[in-house]
Amino acid sequence: MNKQEFTITVYTENQVGLLNRIAIIFSRRKINIESLNTSPTEVDSVHRFTIVINEIEEVVKKLCRQIEKQVEVLKAYYNTEEEIVWQELALYKVSTDAIAEKVKVERLLREYGARAVAIRKDYTVFETTGHREETDNLIKALEPYGLIEFVRSARVAIIKASNSFHDRLKEFEKKEPGEEVIENEYLDKNEEVFTM
Amino acid sequence: MLGMHGNYGPNVLTNECDVLIAIGMRFDDRVTGRLDKYARQAKVIHLDIDPAEIDKNVIADIPVWGDCKETLPILTNLVEQKVYPQWLQKFKDYQQKEEEKVIYDELNPTGEVLTMGEVIRVLNELTEGNAVIVTDVGQHQMVACRYAKYNQTKSNITSGGLGTMGFALPAAIGAAYGDPSRTTVAVIGDGGFQMTLQELGTIMQFKPNVKIIILNNQFLGMVRQWQQLFNEKRYSFVDIQSPDFVQVAKGFGIPGKSICKREDLKTSLKEMLESKESFLLEVMVGKENNVFPMVPQGRGVAEIVLSKEEI
Repeated sequence: MNKQEFTITVYTENQVGLLNRIAIIFSRRKINIESLNTSPTEVDSVHRFTIVINEIEEVVKKLCRQIEKQVEVLKAYYNTEEEIVWQELALYKVSTDAIAEKVKVERLLREYGARAVAIRKDYTVFETTGHREETDNLIKALEPYGLIEFVRSARVAIIKASNSFHDRLKEFEKKEPGEEVIENEYLDKNEEVFTM
Repeated sequence: MLGMHGNYGPNVLTNECDVLIAIGMRFDDRVTGRLDKYARQAKVIHLDIDPAEIDKNVIADIPVWGDCKETLPILTNLVEQKVYPQWLQKFKDYQQKEEEKVIYDELNPTGEVLTMGEVIRVLNELTEGNAVIVTDVGQHQMVACRYAKYNQTKSNITSGGLGTMGFALPAAIGAAYGDPSRTTVAVIGDGGFQMTLQELGTIMQFKPNVKIIILNNQFLGMVRQWQQLFNEKRYSFVDIQSPDFVQVAKGFGIPGKSICKREDLKTSLKEMLESKESFLLEVMVGKENNVFPMVPQGRGVAEIVLSKEEI
């Protein structure tokens, strides 16, 4: 049994503190979370977490069952790379001189389809979207030319075979719409709350 | 009864059965011992209401997810009742062996000091199995759960796999309110009692009728047993000094008594059970007695031992 990359998609209601409770399930087992993303879904008041970890399938199966035990979690799915469509965003900060002087850098960036996001006198910020190997390759290629900073976003993924669940979700939402998230209503009313 | 301190027969024969039917149980590590030596030869049918428990520790050949009250009748309606006297005889033989080697001496000791099993046996005679018994955690918990007589459901209140010391006293107060028509007896060890003894204040103020038996062996018994059997008696922080429990109870306005001799046992238990209000009875028991049978740590269930020589 060897470790593989698994993407866990968790459909939940929108509740403050739920992220913490889900993260604890991973940290309890000393599992490193490679990437974590939260996003709303096409269904009102249903949110989804996309979590990427590197583990054996047995462990991931048991993890998903434990996640589903949480009250606000509707369902947790786990998939390998082949079963999902996914993208990751990356930003690169390069010094503008390097691009101005060396044609090679320009060509590299064109090759990888990088788009310039911010152009300034001393630095330029590029972005690429794609898979991890492409991002990693570009970093390696850019390094000798003076890559100042680099950051990669979390993975967003859509499961290839996910039709039926979404129909059911829409039905549920119609029958029992989710409640509005109530922020801390006393946050701005300090003086009106009694304290010792 | 299964488990690390359960009965001899069920533990050994788990590794000889053909079919293992698990109803509403989670294959706790105290029950299974080493998982790679647990019921490998058996087909496992696991009925449970929690889907996360199925296939968690033991892979079930037939998982049945649902409320056992509803799913079990569906299964039993499909089978005919048969009897297998030879198989049942095996259990009886193991039970006999356990009686001779462990149970008889625990319940009828000949030495000077009292044993925990003996106290429970006399308690059984006086309550006739009708009392609610609440236990704390440790050696006394094993002894009380093994030897106490229970005639009806909701008679054994214990924290079980959660192993919470200090559970017994507050739980006994709750049990006394839960069913005031039955006698509630809390069996507590000297270690666990000190963890929540402030609840004597609740008893003083609200006056529920709770009978408290403290089995005092002046040690954290279960840990001491492990240190004796697995760490060559290198006792570390297991001997504990306790206050004079009877004085403490007196401070809380609760009558109490402390005994250490066999001739006082029955009369004191009777006095405790017949008292109209709460009563605390401290019984000094053997200091280095061990609970057997035991599945030693890290071994399979079939390697259960009946005495420390066998480890």
